[in-house]
Amino acid sequence: MSWTRSLRFAAILGVGLGAGLPLAAGTAPVNDTGTTAWMLTSTTLVLLMVPGLAMFYGGLVRTKNVLGTMMHSFSAMAVVGVLWTVVGYALSFGPNALGGLVGWSRDLVLLRGIDHTILPAGVPEYAFAMFQGKFAIITPALIAGAVAERISFRGWVAFITLWVLLVYCPLCHWVWASDGYFFNLGAKGAIDFAGGTVVHISSGVAGLALALFLGARHGYPKTAMAPNNLTFTLIGAGLLWVGWFGFNAGSSIASNLETARALTVTQVAAAAGALTWVLIEIIREDKPTSLGMASGILAGLVVITPAAGVVQVGGAIALGAIASCTCYGMIMLKNRLGYDDSLDAFGIHGTGGIVGALGLTFFIRGSWWAEAAAKHPGWGLLSQLKVQAFAVATTIVFSVVMTLLIAWLVEKVVGFRVAEGVEKTGLDHEIHGERAYGLNNLN
Amino acid sequence: MKLITAIIPEEKLDEVREALIEAEIERITVSRVSGHGRQQEIMVQRGKKIVPNLIPKVQITIACNDEFEDITVDTIIRTARHGAGAVGDGKIFVQDLKECIRIRTGERGGQAI
Repeated sequence: MSWTRSLRFAAILGVGLGAGLPLAAGTAPVNDTGTTAWMLTSTTLVLLMVPGLAMFYGGLVRTKNVLGTMMHSFSAMAVVGVLWTVVGYALSFGPNALGGLVGWSRDLVLLRGIDHTILPAGVPEYAFAMFQGKFAIITPALIAGAVAERISFRGWVAFITLWVLLVYCPLCHWVWASDGYFFNLGAKGAIDFAGGTVVHISSGVAGLALALFLGARHGYPKTAMAPNNLTFTLIGAGLLWVGWFGFNAGSSIASNLETARALTVTQVAAAAGALTWVLIEIIREDKPTSLGMASGILAGLVVITPAAGVVQVGGAIALGAIASCTCYGMIMLKNRLGYDDSLDAFGIHGTGGIVGALGLTFFIRGSWWAEAAAKHPGWGLLSQLKVQAFAVATTIVFSVVMTLLIAWLVEKVVGFRVAEGVEKTGLDHEIHGERAYGLNNLN
Repeated sequence: MKLITAIIPEEKLDEVREALIEAEIERITVSRVSGHGRQQEIMVQRGKKIVPNLIPKVQITIACNDEFEDITVDTIIRTARHGAGAVGDGKIFVQDLKECIRIRTGERGGQAI
């Protein structure tokens, strides 16, 4: 459950919080090599998702925008990779500041204060900080899908810098810090195991807001804009699936039963999502597409992200299937409404995240309900659903409002949307001076 | 009958096509080509300047009846040109077309176009 995420405070207070770690107050935690090894592995796996995402998105755009699109993901690795260690971690996992709007601790700037810290879970705090940092990298990178093929590089870099500071860090603090707003809702807090609200809903709705703010690509939806290389997209989807085991199973900040449960439901939900999407296509369009397979995998992975700590296999299959149906429906609706969420960042991450955060309530395992009822007599499905809905609604409103403010500022100061000529020739050549497939394009 | 082959800048393809469709020239073949005219394009790779000797362009091929030659050529010139004209705007070749056959029906000549 998400409380294992907020070990920072446990370390400060000297209280053992981690499951199966009966530490007496004041005892210095001891490094657990097994848990540490898994956390370092998870951290690496989550980073692998970013080039995976770059390939996923890179394959979906047109030939002239492949590198520009992949650079959106890679620039998140570069920008947030630095930003997180300088102030991001302090803003997310420092003690409440500004009435709990964010966290802050000068001690955590440049991670100075954690040089010797071992958390009660038995892992060095560096491992925890780096693991969390990967989430801060992939979240803004997801947004790029909604506004692919029409944004400038410097506008994007300015945007993700501000977005991580003003949207991601506060949300991360609310959900995962032990003194955060959502962490203390209801009996056992709002359930967000690995980032349904923080990562997927926040980035999904930000993408939608940005797509509406910047407008559609030139020629959309009249001109056909076909993916340039679905092989890339499939490899990217595969890398995302593999990386997601670190994303979800690593979020237990442990190497135990809870970890194995999270890994199991992640696998099952992704498979169920893929299966469902392909089935929908066979029934409706007569042809199972590789893009449908990749989209179903993603929908399943997104929906299980908040739920991985509380649902069992049956629930995971159901959630995966429901996610593919709703995401597919959302994309159909997009085609009707005509807004240009180019690579369906909202269609999959926003929709799947919302379905997961709300839908998980119906599939929570019995022992969780028992614990909740022990803390808060009479705690039931409806009460938890209210908590979930509140967390989801707050995340949507906060992310949309802040995203629009940041987008407006970026458009004014450095320019966000590229000139028409740049859009027509393509980002690769005009902005980066390169081409994706060979210097001379001999064919 | 005429065979019109135009080499145009990549970024002008959309504009040229839209204008051609508006002028009711809808049957068209498009290919990516690389070539060399007077234009030089300098790229920088790891700080080193590279002048690729072949530059990517788009080639449009249109077969039409004689009376459509002028409107096709004029439309391409109007839409493919950068401003008042720049090196790299491309070329148009017009050739007499000896025969045109629709494979499906075996029709020949003007009506097959």
